[in-house]
Amino acid sequence: MNFRLTHTTQYSYSEPVGLCRNEGCLLPRETLQQHCLSSELQIEPAPDELRERLDGFGNRVSHFAIQHAHKILKVMAISEVSVSPDPEPLALAHLVPWESVRNQLNGERPPKSLLAFPFLYDSLLLKRSQPLAEYARPSFPAGRSLAEACTDLMQRIYHDFKYDPGFTTIATPLSEVLANRRGVCQDFAHLGVACLRSLGLAARYVSGYIETLPRPGQERLVGADASHAWFSVYAGNSGWIDFDPTNNQVPSEQHITVAWGRDFSDVSPLRGIAFGGGKHKVAVSVDVARTSEPPRQYQAQSQSQNI
Amino acid sequence: MNRAEKSEIVSVKIETEQRKKSGPQSYATELGTYNTSRGAAEDLRPHEQQLMQTLEKLGGKKLEKRRKEAQRLLRENGATHNVFEPVATSRTWQFDPIPLIIDSEEWTRIERGLAQRAELLNLILEDIYGPQNLILAGLLPPELIFAHQGFLWPCMGLFPAAERHLNVYSANLARGKDGRFWVLEDLIQPPFGSGYALENRVVMARSFPRLFQDFQVHRLAMYYRALRNRLALLARHNKIEPRVVILTPGPEHAYFFEHAYIASYLGYPLVQGGDLIVRDGCVWLKSISGLLQVDVILRRLNDDLCDPLELRKDSLSGVPGLLEAVRLGNVVTANTIGSSVLENPALLAFLPGLCRHLLGEELLLPSVATWWCGQPRECEFVLQNLDRLVIKPIHPMVDLPEEASGPMDEKQLQRWRECILADPHLFAGQELACLSTAPAFVSDKIEPRTSILSTFLTAQGKSYLAMPGGLTRTNVDEGNLLIANQAGSFSKDTWVLTKEPGKQVNLWLHAQPNQLIQPLFSSLSSRAAENLYWAGRYAERTDATSRLMQSILIKLRQFSEFHDPDDNHSLNQLLQALTHVTRTFPGFVGEGAAEKLADPRAELLSLTRDIDRPGSLRSSLRSLSRSAYPIRDRLPEDAWRVIDNLQQNWNPKIAMTLIGSGRLYDSINKLIIQLSAFSGLISENMSRETAWLMLNIGRRLERALNLIELLRATLVPCYEPDTEAHMMETVLTTSNSLLVFKRRYRSFMQLSTILELLLLDENYPRALAYQLQQLQNHIGKLPHESTVEQTRLDEKLISEAIEELRGADHNQLTKLSSSDSTYPLLEKLLASQEKRLETLSCSLMQLYFSPTVVPQQLESVLQGKVS
Repeated sequence: MNFRLTHTTQYSYSEPVGLCRNEGCLLPRETLQQHCLSSELQIEPAPDELRERLDGFGNRVSHFAIQHAHKILKVMAISEVSVSPDPEPLALAHLVPWESVRNQLNGERPPKSLLAFPFLYDSLLLKRSQPLAEYARPSFPAGRSLAEACTDLMQRIYHDFKYDPGFTTIATPLSEVLANRRGVCQDFAHLGVACLRSLGLAARYVSGYIETLPRPGQERLVGADASHAWFSVYAGNSGWIDFDPTNNQVPSEQHITVAWGRDFSDVSPLRGIAFGGGKHKVAVSVDVARTSEPPRQYQAQSQSQNI
Repeated sequence: MNRAEKSEIVSVKIETEQRKKSGPQSYATELGTYNTSRGAAEDLRPHEQQLMQTLEKLGGKKLEKRRKEAQRLLRENGATHNVFEPVATSRTWQFDPIPLIIDSEEWTRIERGLAQRAELLNLILEDIYGPQNLILAGLLPPELIFAHQGFLWPCMGLFPAAERHLNVYSANLARGKDGRFWVLEDLIQPPFGSGYALENRVVMARSFPRLFQDFQVHRLAMYYRALRNRLALLARHNKIEPRVVILTPGPEHAYFFEHAYIASYLGYPLVQGGDLIVRDGCVWLKSISGLLQVDVILRRLNDDLCDPLELRKDSLSGVPGLLEAVRLGNVVTANTIGSSVLENPALLAFLPGLCRHLLGEELLLPSVATWWCGQPRECEFVLQNLDRLVIKPIHPMVDLPEEASGPMDEKQLQRWRECILADPHLFAGQELACLSTAPAFVSDKIEPRTSILSTFLTAQGKSYLAMPGGLTRTNVDEGNLLIANQAGSFSKDTWVLTKEPGKQVNLWLHAQPNQLIQPLFSSLSSRAAENLYWAGRYAERTDATSRLMQSILIKLRQFSEFHDPDDNHSLNQLLQALTHVTRTFPGFVGEGAAEKLADPRAELLSLTRDIDRPGSLRSSLRSLSRSAYPIRDRLPEDAWRVIDNLQQNWNPKIAMTLIGSGRLYDSINKLIIQLSAFSGLISENMSRETAWLMLNIGRRLERALNLIELLRATLVPCYEPDTEAHMMETVLTTSNSLLVFKRRYRSFMQLSTILELLLLDENYPRALAYQLQQLQNHIGKLPHESTVEQTRLDEKLISEAIEELRGADHNQLTKLSSSDSTYPLLEKLLASQEKRLETLSCSLMQLYFSPTVVPQQLESVLQGKVS
């Protein structure tokens, strides 16, 4: 399946910004199931510096700076991606008891598992804890396969937690999400990652997009999508397997991966430091379109928020 | 030997250690009882004996006297306190005059061991931030890297192979009972103490010159020369004259003294994050002559605070984009950002194996026995010996002290036990019970104390060079093994003995015979310029307030003795002038003025000593020292001492009823004399470069403004002839001009002649016209970008002010119409001059200080999606 992705972020300032420096994690990486056909970053006003590099996790990071006064900054990431799902890892993970993966990471440690270690411990936003382990425990009875256990965890998060965009912010700690049983995709992905780590498994936070389909009989709204996030578990020889607790779905051809890290802070889509600017507003719009569809006129419908 | 076997052996060792402790040796000296806690076979080393004999000759009383003198020197130099800290929390760093002595063979061994260790750590860094082969090979547990806060993912790739990333390195050592030195910990980021080591040596040499006659002691300057060479070599571009800066967290930092000290010693600008900016992928220093490119940064700022864009987002002391500039190779930091991953006590347990693997050698300098709890057997051992080991988290943790040592009660033990069990891989235990002691002069006696030696290395050629000496810290309490923090510890000089007679090493470079050396007028950072300007203003403000206060005290006394209503009238005018000059409204002019004028004593006392009241003498003095402290490296040597003394000693404790007694007057008099000493030092010792210009611009501007305020409050109103004469005399006294006036105009007291002298005389240093002249002269000399052709705003403002003042005529100014109660033209001129000067002050700030704009964080919003 091929997609065309458009992710627009616009900052509007009350005062001019003389200098800003930003890092974006907006261009999709290559994965085993995904190939990036094309990608570009359109920035207004034109940046004085723009460079791309791979970070320690292999994500594509764009670094740019604008060194002259501006009151609006618009960053548009446009890419085309082809997704070809591979059901085999999940099938293999149905044959592996979850404890054997845990033991591999915590005892035997074959060289192949090196890649999983960065995702085994506490990270900036996610601390392993007893309550998290207790929440996850019912999904992980002795001897259950890793795939089955993680699917169960995903389902339980989906059923136990209410999707509530107004409740949390980037700064809301996980303990609060757990206590109130509500949040957004980012919180649910974080929850999954932290639960798995609390049990001694390696898990990472995946940032990306999901294709949304219109209700039957309705037109698809362009630009009304949003960036998305889910979790991924290390399954030993089968590699990594993704789970989307927000949609109760094992990602296959409708999920597009942009980047992964230990938590959101490693792969924040766009962050920056601005000198001056007074108050600022940010507006984000995302569009995920199958390229088989005819192109439509762009129409942003965005959420904005005062910070 | 595998690790498990090692644990058992050391466990046995701990027990035998316990048994051995039974009978310490002791012998008496005149000064007290000195017990060595070493084994029976060991006595004091020969050079320690020699030292003790010398000290014995000196005698306890003299020793204590000299110690106090050294302590005073340290204090005066600012080594032991920070003006930004509240007095109550100021650290009391005591000086112990008995140096730690290390003979030359031993030192050679130590230096070789430290150099090997630095070499090894360098290779480990390269691997951790590169291929991570050590983890793959099982030589380094992944937890020690990936679970350690010092491992910074954005720094991956900043450590290319075959380069040196550890350019400065420090290790804390202690002597074991076997007499050998052991490594307690490796310090990678901002190693603290090298400046204090130097300062201790300077003070020691001044207070105990005789001791140096009996010993051949290595000098320390060689280390600094090597460091400077090394830093210069790190520059990638601009290799001929690289610009090196020292990045400090700021004057609030506990070790700011040292940052300033080293900057001054090495001759590098001391900068804060806000002084640097990244543009076009390069780092620039904001100076008053524009942006200057920086090639090398010696960091005193922790890794994670260096770049709020990629590292800790809440860091206000970093430079956004610094990491990218490093990545591009446009700037080099020492050490490379990310190196602090090596500050991990658990690593000590793995160094011997890593040394064999990476260098093919045995580790020369042993580390203290360390058990990392990430492996079950070691964890078990640590849990069983919690009370005998020192427990350390692998990195600093919220809610937990840096280490657990010494006797703990059951509750504390339980707390640590729980922490370790919850996250064993985050803890290590160390055995420190076997440290030996060295003689220390604490509490009037020479006693045995454990001590820790901080050593300092810099990369040199293909290896490392160690400072021949270091900072030794000694514990005050006999029982404690460790110097937990510096509070309550003693520091002392460290002597490395040499067989060669002390060769003078200095930091001077040798010029080639025909080399032409251009004088370098060092650039002044905008922040330093701002501090200099305010130091000038506050020094002058303190002076003006003091003089006015003196006049008031005299009047107050006269009035209480003679009850002359004229005195009362002019007293009231002076009190109101005081409120204007100090800008301490409402004071004697606003609401409640009547009561305050009736009994001004409380308000006067408040204006002398309320430190938190802006405008009070004490507050101005504190502001003066806070402006001067960050730029003390720019001031003449003794100038800082004068300011510091002023600030520390100005705290008049005078009862309200005694305010007129003359004691306060005398105190203020002393204050004025010390302020003159400061001015004298500045004027006689500072080269007329930008720093001096800035300080003097501040001073002239403040003097002009204060004079205007004084005249507006005292001479603008009309008085009865008798009162007027009183008033005029007081104004002349307050502006220190009575004698000049008398000489010039004999005994004819007249407003217009006063104005001629105090306002219009361009050659009289107390006159307004003179201040403006000086301001114009200084402002004209300030550096400015040559591209700007038109007259700068500051030059325009000052020449307009001068023009206006020149246009004034002292006879015209005193014209009165019958209905006037004030001199309208005088008031108009003074008000206009004041406004012009205030505008000038603002434009100077805009032009030269580039007020730091607080950067703001931008984050994109992430919204979830249900389909």
